[in-house]
Amino acid sequence: MANPNGIGASVRRREDQRFLTGRGNYTDDFKRLNMTHAVHVRSPYAHARILGIDFTDAAAMPGVVAVLTGADMEADKVGSLPCGWQIHSKDGSPMKEPPHYPLARDRVRYVGDAVAVVIAETREQARDAAEMVVVDYEELPAVGSSTRAVAGGAPLVHDDAPDNVCYDWHLGDKAATDAAFANAAHIAKIDLVNQRLVPNAMEPRAAMGEYDQSNGEYTLTTTSQNPHVTRLLMGAFVLGIPEHKLRVVAPDVGGGFGSKIFHYGEEAVVTWAARKVGRPVKWTADRSESFLTDAHGRDHVSHAELAMDADGNFLALRVSTLANLGAYLSTFAPSIPTYLYATLLAGQYKTPAIYAEVKAVFTNTSPVDAYRGAGRPEACYLIERLVDVAAGVMGMDKTEIRRRNFVPKEAMPYQTPVALQYDTGDFAKNLDIALPLVDYPGFQQRRAESKARGKLRGIGFATYIEACGIAPSNVAGALGARAGLYECAEVRFHPTGSVTVFTGAHSHGQGHETTFAQIVAERFGIPIENVEIVHGDTNKIPFGMGTYGSRSLAVGGSALVKAMDKVERKARKIAAHMLEAAETDIEVKEGRFTVAGTDKSLGIGDIALQAYVPHNFPLDELEPGLDEQAFYDPKNFTYPNGCHVCELEIDPDTGVTTIVSFAAVDDFGNVINPLIVEGQVHGGLVQGIGQALYENCVYDEESGQLVTGSYMDYCMPRADDVPSFTVRYHEDQPCTHNPLGVKGCGEAGTIGAAAAVMNAVVDALSDYGVTHMDMPATPEKVWRTIRDAAPAPAMAAE
Amino acid sequence: MYAFNYQRPTSLADAATAIQAEEAKLLGGGQTLLPTLKQRLARPTDLIDLGAIPELKGIREADGGLEIGAFTRHAEVAHSDLVKRVIPALASLAEGIGDRQVRNMGTMGGSIANADPSADYPSAVVALKATVTTDRRTISGDDFFTGMFETALEPGEILKSVRYSRPDKAAYAKFRNPASRYAIVGVFVAKFGADVRVAVTGAAGSVFRAEAFEAALAADFRAEALNGLSVDADGLNADIHASADYRAHLVTVMAKRAVEAAG
Ligand SMILES: Cc1cc2nc3c(=O)[nH]c(=O)nc-3n(C[C@H](O)[C@H](O)[C@H](O)COP(=O)(O)OP(=O)(O)OC[C@H]3O[C@@H](n4cnc5c(N)ncnc54)[C@H](O)[C@@H]3O)c2cc1C
Repeated sequence: MANPNGIGASVRRREDQRFLTGRGNYTDDFKRLNMTHAVHVRSPYAHARILGIDFTDAAAMPGVVAVLTGADMEADKVGSLPCGWQIHSKDGSPMKEPPHYPLARDRVRYVGDAVAVVIAETREQARDAAEMVVVDYEELPAVGSSTRAVAGGAPLVHDDAPDNVCYDWHLGDKAATDAAFANAAHIAKIDLVNQRLVPNAMEPRAAMGEYDQSNGEYTLTTTSQNPHVTRLLMGAFVLGIPEHKLRVVAPDVGGGFGSKIFHYGEEAVVTWAARKVGRPVKWTADRSESFLTDAHGRDHVSHAELAMDADGNFLALRVSTLANLGAYLSTFAPSIPTYLYATLLAGQYKTPAIYAEVKAVFTNTSPVDAYRGAGRPEACYLIERLVDVAAGVMGMDKTEIRRRNFVPKEAMPYQTPVALQYDTGDFAKNLDIALPLVDYPGFQQRRAESKARGKLRGIGFATYIEACGIAPSNVAGALGARAGLYECAEVRFHPTGSVTVFTGAHSHGQGHETTFAQIVAERFGIPIENVEIVHGDTNKIPFGMGTYGSRSLAVGGSALVKAMDKVERKARKIAAHMLEAAETDIEVKEGRFTVAGTDKSLGIGDIALQAYVPHNFPLDELEPGLDEQAFYDPKNFTYPNGCHVCELEIDPDTGVTTIVSFAAVDDFGNVINPLIVEGQVHGGLVQGIGQALYENCVYDEESGQLVTGSYMDYCMPRADDVPSFTVRYHEDQPCTHNPLGVKGCGEAGTIGAAAAVMNAVVDALSDYGVTHMDMPATPEKVWRTIRDAAPAPAMAAE
Repeated sequence: MYAFNYQRPTSLADAATAIQAEEAKLLGGGQTLLPTLKQRLARPTDLIDLGAIPELKGIREADGGLEIGAFTRHAEVAHSDLVKRVIPALASLAEGIGDRQVRNMGTMGGSIANADPSADYPSAVVALKATVTTDRRTISGDDFFTGMFETALEPGEILKSVRYSRPDKAAYAKFRNPASRYAIVGVFVAKFGADVRVAVTGAAGSVFRAEAFEAALAADFRAEALNGLSVDADGLNADIHASADYRAHLVTVMAKRAVEAAG
């Protein structure tokens, strides 16, 4: 009988009971006896020299326990926050890696850079005292944007990074690409900006440090997507704490979207300070601090060209991108605009030659790193906008030019010219499913109806492919990763047959506690209630790499399967012993172990009990216990892919864009829980739509001040901004190299949506001769574009 | 937030006394004041909560129009059957303020006393020929708003109620800021017999009347009557969401929509 809560069932998220009733346990909810509160003193300047810090008055304020600065950290030999990925420039030289101290030492490099920390009995007292810390700054000229950073004579963010360049990198075959361009019949070109975004997790970052004098152990409770990574980076590189003396706990975490992957200075500050003041120290960001100091996302300026033959077949793609890394290198920053971006530039197309150059620069802005999709939305947006321009150049239908250039299903596995090998995918099928959903043939009529009402209607397509489940450790290592990229799992059967699973993946909204339990329930034929998923504590779980890049199921789920295989192998041995049969005669199905050809069988529950009550075990052949651990290192990335279609209407009087319908067809391989997958897609789509129409992180170019530092100015998409989505998936193309056949679904929505929306916006404005508009398509921008368009549509029609 | 004394008087007279304390502040629904305090941008010694004073509450029919107590929440105005019957445009204005949470807390009096250039209510006060009553006097709606975040209220003066006249026809059309949802431009059009008022909020430092629009509509109360008319972009607000000339353009568009909605 199929398990009602097994693989493929839309089980409601088990964790939601506690989240929806306010019983979640977030970092800020933890309270400790004698706990103190930390507030950071942050730079109001984008760039300044610190001439002195006077905290005499602050230290005398009520409740103040300590005021600590970068000098104190230096005296304690606290190190720089390490970067986890090294990129080499075209000329072979390593990227510039300037130090990044948790508390700035002699210069501040962005608004929000921490210069001191005040620790007090209460948060309010710490805030009061922080206002009394007097920092003597000598303001320096600042660089507020990447284009300004590379303009001649720009101020230097770091003295040892000439021209503000961190690296100047490339990928692909330049000669082959140039040759293809030389022979091209048509060339499509585009200049575009992929604007900077603020991640805006619902829970702001927080961290609590504790030190136990009696045994020298530290505990950091933090809003992290990967507590082991934080333990390794902070313990080994920043604070010099051996790992067996450092516990990192990431309890319930209220969303990350990438921004909580990284090891941040505040984590080191509270851990270090806890020992200094001899009391637990907690810091929780307020929303303004989140805007200023969470690692931001995107921020590319690109030029791209696509060479085609006379029939619109793609011959070559040439891309040049300027990527803003912010003031310092965040943990994985260098990998985002390189190996997570340029390697995806083939998209779903069989373009034979691709050459990409990426120059990454420092600016006096918050560090930039992975943000949901991380490099892949930038790649998808660039390709899909360019393909629409190409359709215009060719006078071809936008679906037709895509279809013509798709990598055909038969070509799988397909080696792209930019390093990746796609395992499976049926791109034409995605489109075939999508077109009827949006009644594509009826579009022209709908457009005419809109026009009769004075509205402009547009339809936009985006196809995407992403590389998820990052990745084989050996490949990542060769590309500059300073970490392995496997995942671990431990499956512990208890004597009474219930199971605790320890996973190195971390759930901060993804629903692991449900999906992982489904996999276990299915495998062993047990009720889902008998399975508990534990994650997020380095003292409980084996070394895990955490959750990002849609990797949890593809990598962590595979580790779980591997551990279950081991459990089953062991259980088979126990069954053979108990049933007095040969191991090879034992047949296993959904947790029932049967002697072939007999009715003699045992359930996994009976076996678990025997494992812990081994009264008559042959102990030299059979160990007691049923508790197995596995590490899984993937053989390849996984390649979720899909087709998104957006239809929208623009009010030319105001420039307001209203999305009429949005359909997403995705191939995530096998689906464990359709309900959760749909939820992930919905959230992702809204984030992509947010980038296309609303969100924009603006720094003043000259002063480096953050202009959009609150929700009054930074526009988040809301429920009433989006339509009801049509979401479909197919399971025809499971991943070929992991045991569950899964590809990952966490980022897909964000990757395809922005391009689909912007293609629809441009389509709606096509009568005005518009071929591109940078995101976000704000009402004023759209209105101005229409107003400035010449000739007006009536004249254009003549 | 800095520490302050919290007081919750139960009569207007007690509130008037309490507010005399140096650096005391009146607290309405807190939707503007509390965020300001949280960001430590103000440091009052005392907060005088107006929420327990019966004289400041309630919606009544008066002189054919409506009298609304200062401490009436936006949601109460939006959902009031009386308001919907007498001046439906006012209910719909209140329904369009911020979001549900803001409407459940924010008060009409707080909004008017605060005189945010992007607030919605000021347009109604001016377009509906309102009279503002305080604990000390009555002030004509036309004289109430004196500048950006500035009103005719004297220090410590408490806004008690606002009396709105009932128009023959009226509507409010708002172009909201997509981020904050305040008005980038809001236009309140009201027709009283041969007399038409067009009050514009959001566009400038303070609410103003578009007199050329009023004249055109007095002659011909149709959206087409506004064709070719516009307000001068000079001196209008400009920010990252909307430039002055975009705002000027939106004033005409929203005025037309208000006229159409008024029917
Ligand atoms: C997210 C958000 C969105 C918003 N969107 C909109 C919007 O779309 N449109 C809009 O118009 N507004 C909007 N607002 C503002 C909202 O309407 C507030 O309710 C209003 O500005 C202030 O009213 P309040 O009752 O909250 O007053 P408070 O914040 O308590 O007080 C505001 C000021 O008025 C003074 N005050 C209060 N009551 C009186 C009184 N009876 N007499 C004298 N002085 C008094 C206070 O001392 C203070 O200076 C928004 C607010 C937020 C937080």
